[in-house]
Amino acid sequence: MSYSSGRILLSSQREGQVSRFRTWVVLVVPLAAILFQVYIPLFFQFLKFLEMPLLVVVYFALMRRSQIGGLLTGAMVGLAQDSLSKDPLGMHGIVNTLVGYFAASVGVRLDVDHGVIRFGLAVFFYIIHQILCWMIERALPMGHEPAFKLDEWLIFGVLNGVVAVALFHFLDKLRESA
Amino acid sequence: MESPLNRYRSFTVLVLVIFAQLILLAVQVKNDQNVSVIRSWTVTAVSPVARILEWGRHSSVGFIRNYVLLRDANDENRRLQSEVDRLRVENVLLKNELSLADRAKALETFAAHVPSRTLAATVFASAAGSDSNAVLVDRGSISGVERGMGVVTPDGIVGKVLKVYATSSMVGLINDQDFAAGVATQNPQVRGVLKGQGKPMCKVDYVPFEDKIAVGDLLFTSGEDHIFPRGFPVGVVKSVRNGQPFKEILAEPSGLRHGVPQDVLIILEGVHQEIPESAPSNPAVYINPSPPAAAQPEENASPAGIGTEADRVRAQAKAISESQGHPFGSADGKIPDFNAKNPLPPPVPPGGDAPPPASSSTRRANQAAGASSGGKQDQ
Repeated sequence: MSYSSGRILLSSQREGQVSRFRTWVVLVVPLAAILFQVYIPLFFQFLKFLEMPLLVVVYFALMRRSQIGGLLTGAMVGLAQDSLSKDPLGMHGIVNTLVGYFAASVGVRLDVDHGVIRFGLAVFFYIIHQILCWMIERALPMGHEPAFKLDEWLIFGVLNGVVAVALFHFLDKLRESA
Repeated sequence: MESPLNRYRSFTVLVLVIFAQLILLAVQVKNDQNVSVIRSWTVTAVSPVARILEWGRHSSVGFIRNYVLLRDANDENRRLQSEVDRLRVENVLLKNELSLADRAKALETFAAHVPSRTLAATVFASAAGSDSNAVLVDRGSISGVERGMGVVTPDGIVGKVLKVYATSSMVGLINDQDFAAGVATQNPQVRGVLKGQGKPMCKVDYVPFEDKIAVGDLLFTSGEDHIFPRGFPVGVVKSVRNGQPFKEILAEPSGLRHGVPQDVLIILEGVHQEIPESAPSNPAVYINPSPPAAAQPEENASPAGIGTEADRVRAQAKAISESQGHPFGSADGKIPDFNAKNPLPPPVPPGGDAPPPASSSTRRANQAAGASSGGKQDQ
């Protein structure tokens, strides 16, 4: 299995390789990401900015290049995330569903094995994720007015992008070989 | 051919998943009024549709009621039309009753002011015959009616009793060919005999050609026919032509000016009156009495009842002249002392008894007052 390292855009969908994962990987990795987000900040407050479930959703959507698979993964991870948070069920579910769908759509056109692409996509989808969350919170009568903190989101987006590059490299090891 | 859902399968799944999660969100979240968002959304989504449906239903029902089911409208229209007809008839009857009451009141007032003893009667039929000029009244011999008695109204004489039955009488109208009555004009009194011609106009006969009578002169009963007492209005002269030896005069009878009257007075006992010097006012018209307070004291103060200031001064000067033995208006060289005491009574204060003005209406009122004291009416 060889990937082009010189080009960013793929000329056709056939150029992109569809990655396959074992079933337990698809189940355990998102669960681990959710647990990471729930428990790690209890001990390490400074890691609260990490959106591990989001990064996992983006990774599976990019690598599997399936829009339906991506949105379903996003929906499941988001609902699980909501069930462990104080937010109403569906809030992160909707956001992650959209992120999974669009990430899969982008993955069809881009060389997602490229490190820079991965970093950029991670930053981009993190900011999109935050904006969508802000929109939904603003639309729903949640009892408080959400703050639009774009500068903070940019910084955390970069940090998440850095983490995403490392995480994606680790997850590449779990792919099934062709 | 691939179906759209299959073609856009990914997008369709996205929409469905998002929609499902939106529903999930809406079920949990409540708004400020503690109403779940799903309920609020549902009501918001359903209300316009329900409103449109209700509008459609209302419009359809209205259209059917107003334009399709016209049977009810026709029935209602017919019912309302009959109601309007009934009310019209009732209105006419009420107007007739009101008119009857007005006529009865006028007749009663007239009878009270006439010195003759009269009997009120109602015309209930016209005598048989196409060229008949006679009517039947509801008073007969039981009420004291006798053949030859005169029949009058406030407008003028109507005719005379031709036949008398127990409870009714036949009255020959003034325009009947057999009718004749002595008449006279006002000052100077020109006498003649009014005769019916079977036409609306009557002729006045036996007026010598040298007598002065003109169109518009009023005719009154002269009392010489022993039917009508003197002084009842008869009619007005409409045309005068010279002839030999008598003038050819046509007169319009005032008693039949508005057709045959419904209510008349039968003169049981006639009392002659003076023929008025001026045209009588229409007694059928109710004239309100003058206010008790002296509205115009200066006029009341004038002994002659003259209205203007100049006339009042003239009357005062005349009175002073006559009191000092100077004929008013003579040029005998002696000038009266106009500074002497005014022999005329001072002006009457408001509310006092003022001498009545010497107008024609006052004279008639005086006559009426005198007549009412001696006049009687049999009911």
